[in-house]
Amino acid sequence: MTDSVDVLNMLKLVYTLYTLAVISLIGWFALGVVNPKGKPRILKPATFYTYVGALITVGVAIHIVTFNKIPWVEIDFKRDSLKAAQVVNITIEDHKFMLPSPKIELKCNEYVLFDVTSKDLTYGFGIFRQNNSMVTQMQVVPGSKNDLMWKFGKNGVYHLRSTEYSGPKGANMYIKDVFEVKGCAEDDKYSQKGGSL
Amino acid sequence: MSFLNSLINGHEGGLKTDGLTPTQKVTLRAVIIGVLYYGLSALEGMMMRAHAITPLPMLDNSHYFSVMTVHPIVGIFGSTYLIVFGAFTFLVPYLMKKPLYSIKLANATWILIAIGALMAWLGGFIFHYAPLYTLYWPLPVDFSQFNAVGGLVFITGVALIMIGTLGFIYNIFATVFYTEEGHEKRPFKPLLISALGIDGMLNILYKMTGREPYAKEPAVSLPVVAIFRGTIDTFLDALVILTCGILILVYIIGDLSGASMDYTSVNALLYKNFFWWGLDLIADGLVLIYIAGSWYLLAMLITGKKLFMQNIARAALLLELIVSWAVWSHHLLADQGQYNMMKLVSGEMVTAFELVTQGIAIFITLVTLWSARPLKMSNELKFLLGGILGFMLAVPAGIIQADMGLNRILHNTQWVAGPHFHVAILVGLTMTLYSAIYILWPTLTNGVKLYSQKMASYHFWAHLIGGIGMGAFMGMAAMDGMLRRTLYLEGEYQTYMILAGICGLLLLSAWVVFLLNVLMSIGLKGLLGIFKKSKLQTKDLVPQEA
Repeated sequence: MTDSVDVLNMLKLVYTLYTLAVISLIGWFALGVVNPKGKPRILKPATFYTYVGALITVGVAIHIVTFNKIPWVEIDFKRDSLKAAQVVNITIEDHKFMLPSPKIELKCNEYVLFDVTSKDLTYGFGIFRQNNSMVTQMQVVPGSKNDLMWKFGKNGVYHLRSTEYSGPKGANMYIKDVFEVKGCAEDDKYSQKGGSL
Repeated sequence: MSFLNSLINGHEGGLKTDGLTPTQKVTLRAVIIGVLYYGLSALEGMMMRAHAITPLPMLDNSHYFSVMTVHPIVGIFGSTYLIVFGAFTFLVPYLMKKPLYSIKLANATWILIAIGALMAWLGGFIFHYAPLYTLYWPLPVDFSQFNAVGGLVFITGVALIMIGTLGFIYNIFATVFYTEEGHEKRPFKPLLISALGIDGMLNILYKMTGREPYAKEPAVSLPVVAIFRGTIDTFLDALVILTCGILILVYIIGDLSGASMDYTSVNALLYKNFFWWGLDLIADGLVLIYIAGSWYLLAMLITGKKLFMQNIARAALLLELIVSWAVWSHHLLADQGQYNMMKLVSGEMVTAFELVTQGIAIFITLVTLWSARPLKMSNELKFLLGGILGFMLAVPAGIIQADMGLNRILHNTQWVAGPHFHVAILVGLTMTLYSAIYILWPTLTNGVKLYSQKMASYHFWAHLIGGIGMGAFMGMAAMDGMLRRTLYLEGEYQTYMILAGICGLLLLSAWVVFLLNVLMSIGLKGLLGIFKKSKLQTKDLVPQEA
């Protein structure tokens, strides 16, 4: 199952290649536009319209590709109609997470719903691996429904961190090793602690 | 000529301020204050960069986040707004071939914005008021964390900036429409149609239906169309920020007078939608439109040629304006209370159109430049290309994060701050502004020669490499999970932060070298003379003999 590490690695590769290509293009353009032997040239409108068509295609294609390749998009769209195998209720107040228990075991390959309520400010709810890379997150807005449905496909132990600024008092909203996923066929190699909680 | 002599008197005689018109002076004042505020913002940025490498003992949490709060206020309003408004205060009348509507109002504009930015900065520096620029409700009125007096100073400062902004808007619109003394009456309707760019669309429509063009010579030039359209977004944005400011002020005054109010009366998600709708008109509205207009103008001035596909460019600017009103939901993709349909339509699909509108502006500018080969690699051309490169990198980075799948793991990470908005602002926007400064330099200074071309070249390369490098290393940290508003005290991302810090130093050094080059060119006497009253009693933009 695709997870955030796979997606971010792909993004890193694609965006790095894109960056190098764009820098090269502008470098080539800069050399060409000042080339003393260069001759003025006007493009045909057809070239322009082809280019605009390509831009529209790319703009739309990005979202179609991610919808089909990133598993959590569909879950997010359908979360109201999907039945959660496990619901984790969390309340945040006065810059503190109030958890149902200090350590929470999460089911593997089942829908887990994180239902988080803020009693005062806007916070964030983020799950992170042992190497600090992000698994998922959402905003936690007071007076709103903040529910995130997720399916974990790998065994691991994860941290909880507020991903939104809530004032200087919220700078340390970070609890290590809160979540543990068990029962999967595969381990999350970036989230192994060695032994269970 | 000795260093000291150049520093005092300027290069080859420096700037003769007695020969500057009031319009030249008011433009230079705004630009100089804007450049100085850029330096303050860069210093604040370096403080945060250093703190991200290893926590600085003099920066406790409240101080650190107050720096983070005022950094964009100083950078965007104190610096960018002043430079852009200053430049457009000169360019609109220059391109319309008539005097500025009101020089007094132009002076009031830069003074209000400069004082407002200073007050907002003091609110952070003295009182550590730190709700960040996002002002997520009810954080700005959380008086258990923030001093209400600090909030009063900060919000009043922002309000002054917005009032100054309204002054600029009035002056620009009035300059487009008013009829100057001794001139036959300028009809309102063709000016309005042209300023909105509707004539460009009509020209395309008439051509498609085999008719003569609606307007062979549009009443308003293309760069003015861009400025006019961008200014509509500037107006809407000012109204939204002022409204939020008044709301926050009501709570602050309530707290100070002992009549605290219930903050749950305001729905946080609704407020967030309203605030982002307005705030996003800066990032995805006026900046992109102003930038497109500036590129078109710079391309025309550098090449001396007409713009490629002019009617399309006019039409694209109108599309950009409408797109900018409907993209705010990309800031709320991680908000589960936001309707999925709004995320999909506004957050993803309409936002993706920015790839198209900005792509069109890049294409038209580059083709126009190419049509005039061979060109000389002047300072204005190299900075223009740097600016275009910045947006070629930053706009797709923004489109990537405005995706429901990717936003789940990019929202509030260093990706947003690095590859997207710092590259957009520092490389894209600022390099375009430098290009405009270099091209307007002879006109605004009556031909003062630049002290050192080597310094100008250093300024270019250090700024370009520093800006792209800093964005790249912040982006790499984001891929490893680094958030943008979180303090990491265990050295989790230290290698990336050291590399980003080195790039930040390059950026800062570029600004120092640029400032020194300007100072050595015009001299301290010239600099001070800009702020004295003009001896020329004229509404002309430049002296008659110039």
